[in-house]
Amino acid sequence: MGAQIHGTQKFNKEERNKIHFTMAALEEIQAIMKRYPEGKHKSGVIPILHIAQAENNGWLSAEVMDYVASLMKIEPIEVFEVASFYSMFNLKPVGKCILEVCRTSSCWLMGAEDVVRHIEKKLNIKDGETTKDGMFTLKTVECLGSCGTAPMLQCGASYHENLTIEKVDSLIDKYKSEGKGRYYTDRDYHNTL
Amino acid sequence: MGKKLLIHNDHVPGIHTLDVYRAHGGYASVEKALKTMTPDQVTDEVKKSGLRGRGGAGFPTGLKWSFLAKPEGVARYLVCNADESEPGTFKDRYLMEKIPHALIEGMITSSYALGAKKSYIYIRGEYFYVARILEAALAEAYAAGFLGENILGSGFSHDCYVQVGAGAYICGEETALIESLEGKRGNPRIKPPFPAVQGVWACPTVVNNVETIAAVVPIVNEGGEAYAKIGVGKSTGTKLISASGHINKPGVYEIELGITVEDFIFSDEYCGGIKGGRKLKAVVAGGSSVPILPAELILRTAKGEPRLMTYESLGDGGFITGTMLGSGGFIVMDETTSIVKNLWNFTRFYHHESCGQCSPCREGTGWMEKILNKILAGKGNLSDVDLLWDIQSKIEGKTICPLGEAAAWPVAAAIRHFRAEFEEYVKNPSSIKDVKHYYRLNNLVEA
Repeated sequence: MGAQIHGTQKFNKEERNKIHFTMAALEEIQAIMKRYPEGKHKSGVIPILHIAQAENNGWLSAEVMDYVASLMKIEPIEVFEVASFYSMFNLKPVGKCILEVCRTSSCWLMGAEDVVRHIEKKLNIKDGETTKDGMFTLKTVECLGSCGTAPMLQCGASYHENLTIEKVDSLIDKYKSEGKGRYYTDRDYHNTL
Repeated sequence: MGKKLLIHNDHVPGIHTLDVYRAHGGYASVEKALKTMTPDQVTDEVKKSGLRGRGGAGFPTGLKWSFLAKPEGVARYLVCNADESEPGTFKDRYLMEKIPHALIEGMITSSYALGAKKSYIYIRGEYFYVARILEAALAEAYAAGFLGENILGSGFSHDCYVQVGAGAYICGEETALIESLEGKRGNPRIKPPFPAVQGVWACPTVVNNVETIAAVVPIVNEGGEAYAKIGVGKSTGTKLISASGHINKPGVYEIELGITVEDFIFSDEYCGGIKGGRKLKAVVAGGSSVPILPAELILRTAKGEPRLMTYESLGDGGFITGTMLGSGGFIVMDETTSIVKNLWNFTRFYHHESCGQCSPCREGTGWMEKILNKILAGKGNLSDVDLLWDIQSKIEGKTICPLGEAAAWPVAAAIRHFRAEFEEYVKNPSSIKDVKHYYRLNNLVEA
């Protein structure tokens, strides 16, 4: 039985059978389901989807969501309806580093649009697009609670604040040379509060 | 210097660790409450303190606690609202990141008062790294015996968990938060039943903001009456204000409720005045949802009295000439700011964040964004301003949750106080800077 995914996603049973999460991820998923009262383990679907997304290069395919449903012993639609509601879950492939630039309110007052335009020009992509080498995705997002250190962007678990064009340039260069994927669940993070 | 109760130790190196936190008096409220007070006595102190919900609504916390249903044999829960998503607000992040044990101590003491054996800290997903900081602090608290079975030999047992969200402003609304905690989409529930009767997993639940829960610590330590002596009238105690925008010193400030707005904006102790020596144009005093006020009305009430940082003074004049303290997200705009563009930015936010359950909000926020797009692309008519007013008036009060009001109020206030700016953009489109930018941003076809 496959997830009944409408829209952009198709379900492939062979792909689904190939999915394997790391042992650490599987253990964490089991631990999360124990945080809730007996029979209420569905409550763990959001934290578990974060882990699943990090295990799958930063996005949730129909196959991965189906796999999560089987791990949690809930229906695939219960996973999909959650994944499609929350803005941090990506339902299509993304770059290794998603540059999430806050566009709201104080960040906007302090020049977020200049940051977005600079990244668009530098990486030759528009908001929502991914570079050809698969390294960066640019995404404008709503308020990230960094208004006093605006403008800012988030990449994985890290907050990069009080941005200037120079800071954005050196950040992109650094990430490009390191070449690794960055996820919300990363345990190493950077912030400048 | 005003009295500080919540972040007075934020500069102490290592204050995020249990040992340093303890060395500065940490966890005294847990010892005092569990060893010397009954749960009802703790609730009474919170009632006496006059503490009001710090998330935005300002509802008396002690009263909220007293509504909690206590049927025999049914679990009760305390849920901390750490979803902090109101644009302009970042105080909870600061508190949790700098002094995570202040929240955890408050969670334990409050849970004792409520008889909750389990509590959850629901934190917005973007604050994932802050969730890691809280988890590390929770592990320390367990190891020291402040959490787990039979805490300090009192017979009270408690477990506290951190739950991350995944990006949805609406989950700051308490029933949407509860839905999300149950592993569902964040669609607000129809009330009643209120969470105090049927909250998470249909059990009685209290949902309180981070700052509210942290404030329980000094209230228990020093007594509700001592807390109530700080502040003015029904605005008691201290409040964390997130100051941002065109000011010299943006940041989180703990103020005694009752200082003047003028002092807060211009004194060096707080915002330090407007950046670049420019003039103050407008302020959104309590997060993006509350009505924007022009400089003259934020500094003085319509009666000419100095405006104070209190629930009552900021609300003086209702929405005609006043605003709200809200979450304390204090956004300052200088004379170069376009109020119309700022409103477009806010309205896009609410359109993006509407959960889609109620038609007035789902459709109305989109219509308002489209009309503002049109005006900013130089294609507006004078009737568009009236249409905006009409739409916002038909959202307010007609939705399940307050996101409808949150989207409507900024539109109403911007038109009420700055109508001439809208009309200028309509009559004289060449005065709009960057028209093409708005075309592109909004995927409009250039005519």
